[in-house]
This record gives sequence, structure tokens and C-alpha cells, in this order.
Amino acid sequence: MNEIKFQERIDAEKKIEPKDWMPDAYRKHLIRQISQHAHSEIIGMQPEGNWITRAPSLRAKMILLAKVQDEAGHGLYLYSACETLGISREELVKQLHDGKAKYSSIFNYPTLSWADMGAVGWLVDGAAIVNQVSLQRTSYGPYSRGMVKICKEESFHQRQGYEIMAEMAKGTPEQKAMAQDALNRFWWPSIMMFGPQDSDSPRTGNAMKWKIKRQTNDDLRQDFINKTVGQAELIGLTIPDTDLKWNAERGSYDFGEMDWDEFWSVVNGNGPCNKQRLAHHKKAHDEGKWVRDAAKAHAKKQEVVAN
Amino acid sequence: MAENATVWEVFIQSKNGLAHKHAGNVHADDKVMALENARELYTRRNEGSCIWVVKSEYIISSETEDSEAFFDPSNDKMYRHPTFYTMPEGSKHI
Repeated sequence: MNEIKFQERIDAEKKIEPKDWMPDAYRKHLIRQISQHAHSEIIGMQPEGNWITRAPSLRAKMILLAKVQDEAGHGLYLYSACETLGISREELVKQLHDGKAKYSSIFNYPTLSWADMGAVGWLVDGAAIVNQVSLQRTSYGPYSRGMVKICKEESFHQRQGYEIMAEMAKGTPEQKAMAQDALNRFWWPSIMMFGPQDSDSPRTGNAMKWKIKRQTNDDLRQDFINKTVGQAELIGLTIPDTDLKWNAERGSYDFGEMDWDEFWSVVNGNGPCNKQRLAHHKKAHDEGKWVRDAAKAHAKKQEVVAN
Repeated sequence: MAENATVWEVFIQSKNGLAHKHAGNVHADDKVMALENARELYTRRNEGSCIWVVKSEYIISSETEDSEAFFDPSNDKMYRHPTFYTMPEGSKHI
């Protein structure tokens, strides 16, 4: 009975709020998806943080700092949304540390040159935006509201990345080569950010039925590719896919096979930076313990003074 | 592992003279930290001229499931709306 009523509300495009009845599997799916999303924002600070001290100008450095600070904020919006489902922040962090919760595999690739800051902003944030714009219409109220806020802030991220790529592409031959190299390394992992093909994505069915996801992985991926090809052409860079060509009949670009063996290998912990990313998060968390303890002690002391 | 910090709901007044509007929440151990965290998290782009924070445990909410019954008393009182009344033909400024 509850389940039928729940589905009727979903079908009527009503949002589900934290105190509303929801199927256990809906709650579980959301916790997994939102926490993975939150962890991605937080872990995603590392590849960019890597370049803050080496940014080529004060302008670039200030922008990168602001961007990384935004990622932290987005992680917090998402943890907040996730906590409304009845799981604590501590538990979420613990699941990340234990490897029970995942984050986007894209952040397990290293950022080797300044051009990578361009590629990450343009492609990785670009792909994230396509996904997040779609998720603004997700059925769970707190998640949807978080997405609206994030989307508002995120478009500067993609534009600053594309600006870096455009400038390097019209710079010296060496700079252009760096930009092309960054595009070569980040293209395939970026389009795999949308996840497995629909035919291999067992959870897509429920997620679509419950309107947690509003578009399938393949639709979102195609949308991103269609948007991005022209941007690459405009700045004279070549997308590393020989099968990429316009299909007038479909009104979309056809593209080549993705290397799913590599994808799953990185998801399962064997990417170039998996160990480093997690170890760094644990270290920062542990080393911050005294700050959390001090804040608690200070709060307690104030209570005593007030009473 | 340390227990959760207190959760505070954040309300932001975007401009002097407007009402404070709910923006989200933050974790903090005391009220000063709650205000500072709220500023860092919700007003990085000049979104606010004033912030309220209140411990989440003090928010009392009606139940969405009971909303029909809860708000029922106002359903049949159309005479509270100005459009309920018939004005004489040609009347102005009313």
C-alpha cells in the first residue's frame, strides 16, 4: 500500500522529503549515490590542490583556490542531503575510508601538467555539470535542492578550465602540445564518468522508475559529447577518437568503444592514484582530530561559563 | 571516532529589509563556529547581509503525510480572498 502511494507521488512529479515514507531500497540507493557524489567532490579537491602552489600566475592561483573551496562546499551540501536519510557524517567518512563507499574514478588519474587543470575544469567539471543539471529534477527533495545550488556555482569551474585550454592551444607549440596531451589523457576517463553503458547498468531500472535519475548514463554521455566536440574544434584541439563523427540521422556524434576493462580496474582500486587519494584523506582526517577535539572542549567550556 | 558535531539550520537574509530564508545546514560545536561555517559555506558570492543559525533540534515540523488534514481549516474559507466579493459595475480603486 505504502509502496503504491509512494510510486504515485513519484509519478506525479512530487518531491520526497526526509520524513516521508520511502521504500528501504530507495533510501539505500540514495545513500549510495549521494555519498559517492559527496566523496567525489571532496577527493576531487586533491588533483587540483596539487597545482595551487604551482599556478602560473596570481590570477590563476586565486581562481584555483576559489574553485577548490567550492568543491569543499559542494561536498558539504551533499553530505547534508545524505544525512537527512538517517546516516551520520562520521559513518559516511568511515565508509569511504573502509572502501565501502566509492568516489568518481576520474580522480584516480594524476594531474601531470598545468594543462591538466584546463582539462579537468573543461571536461571533468563539464561532464559533472551535464549529470548535475539532470539531477536537479531528482525525486528526493534535499538532493534536488543541493543540485540546484551546485549547478549555480559550477559553471565558472568549466569556463575557467576551457579558458586555460584555449590560451594554451593558441600559445607556443610546446604549450599547445601540453593542452593536446591533457585532452588525450582525460577524454576517455571523462566520458566514462557517466558510468557503464545502460545495458550493463543493473541499477538504472529502479533509479529511473523512482526518478532518482532522470536520464540514463548513455543519454547523458551522448549529451556531453555533442556539446564538447565543437568546443574542441574551436580551439584547434583534436579529440582522441578516430571513430568520432557526426551522424546526421541521429542528430548526434557517433563515437568509439570505451575501454571498460580499464574502467573497472580503476573502480576496483587499481588506478594510478587510488591508494594515494585515500591515504591522503585519512591522513588529513586523522591530523585534524585535535582541531575537532579542541572545538568540542571550547564549546563545553563556554557552556560552563554561561551557566 | 568522534561523535557528530551539532547540526545547525542556516537562514540567510539576502538584502536588508527582506525576510531570512532557509539555506541549508552546517555542523559546528558552538554558535560562533556555526555562524562562521555558515558564512563560508552559503555566502561565498555575496548572497547575504545577515545570517541566522539555530540548532536543528529546535525546529518543529508538521508532518507532510498529514498536510491535508492539518491545513484543512483554511480550505473552505474562500471569503478570505478578495476575489470572493462581487463589486458593483464601474467601481474603481478597490
